[in-house]
Amino acid sequence: MKTIVYFSIGILFGITMFKSEAASWFRIYEMFQFKAFHMYGIIGSALFCGVIITYLLKTFRVTSILDGTEIQIADKEKGWKRYLFGGLFFGFGWAISGACPGPMFTTLGAGFFPIIVVIAAATLGTFCYGVLQKYLPH
Amino acid sequence: MLDFLLNPWPWYFSGPMIAFVMFLLLWTGKTFGMSSNLRTLCAVLGAGKKTAFFAFDWKAQRWNLIVAAGAVVGGFLAANYLSNSTAVNISASTIAQLNQLGINDAGSAYMPSALFDLSAFSNLKSILLLSLGGFFVGFGARYAGGCTSGHAISGLSNFQLPSLIAVIGFFAGGLLVNHFILPLIL
Repeated sequence: MKTIVYFSIGILFGITMFKSEAASWFRIYEMFQFKAFHMYGIIGSALFCGVIITYLLKTFRVTSILDGTEIQIADKEKGWKRYLFGGLFFGFGWAISGACPGPMFTTLGAGFFPIIVVIAAATLGTFCYGVLQKYLPH
Repeated sequence: MLDFLLNPWPWYFSGPMIAFVMFLLLWTGKTFGMSSNLRTLCAVLGAGKKTAFFAFDWKAQRWNLIVAAGAVVGGFLAANYLSNSTAVNISASTIAQLNQLGINDAGSAYMPSALFDLSAFSNLKSILLLSLGGFFVGFGARYAGGCTSGHAISGLSNFQLPSLIAVIGFFAGGLLVNHFILPLIL
């Protein structure tokens, strides 16, 4: 049952990523060139709705539909170094590959198979972070 | 209605749909964060044996891997059955600029063939670019504790200052590479 639920949510997410063109390398390139409103409109309107959804879920202490426990939306750990430095690295990669971790899976399904190289390299990058974690400023 | 769905989705439909996906994940007791799957993948591959960061019960994260698997199927369905055309209608000035950089399918394709056609597998430069980009995305996402979904959507929706710092980092890094590095390496 849960598998079907999460699989369906994933399908909806994949369709949304593809049809919104947020999974297109061209759209990411154009976004960083400030040559179209499209990506900013997507992020902005997602945020607008996201703020309302998050506010309502917290205010009315909505419970999970699957197990009835109260929905927890955790705060992020305080600090700035890891967010700024990690964010910069992420941005470097985002601009080159045109893919963030969600759309990577979508593009694979859409048949752009060289994205496998991106997914493998991203997994390796994640592994390297895990190994180097204790040496990095956080 | 059908045409609306089969054409590329406008931003004012796409954005709320992404928020809806976040809502569904919160409503089912989870969170919206896709890069965590890469950490889980490392754990599945056995990275936990030597590195504490990957020594966790990855089976508790199985739900998110299933979401990712769904995203693969969603991409397949959207590209093959839900699209009149997959050409991405980017602006004329972007097309002109990409043509100058040697990317000639801008405006007529979903992805640049130089990077995402099967022929890219036998092109050393393409493989290097894809590897470099992917590596930074994976490393940076975990260092920052999240990616576009975890910070830019989920975190900012919850007014988290760390997420704002991360998103500023995403864009600062992206702008830097897009404007100063891509013209040299594409």
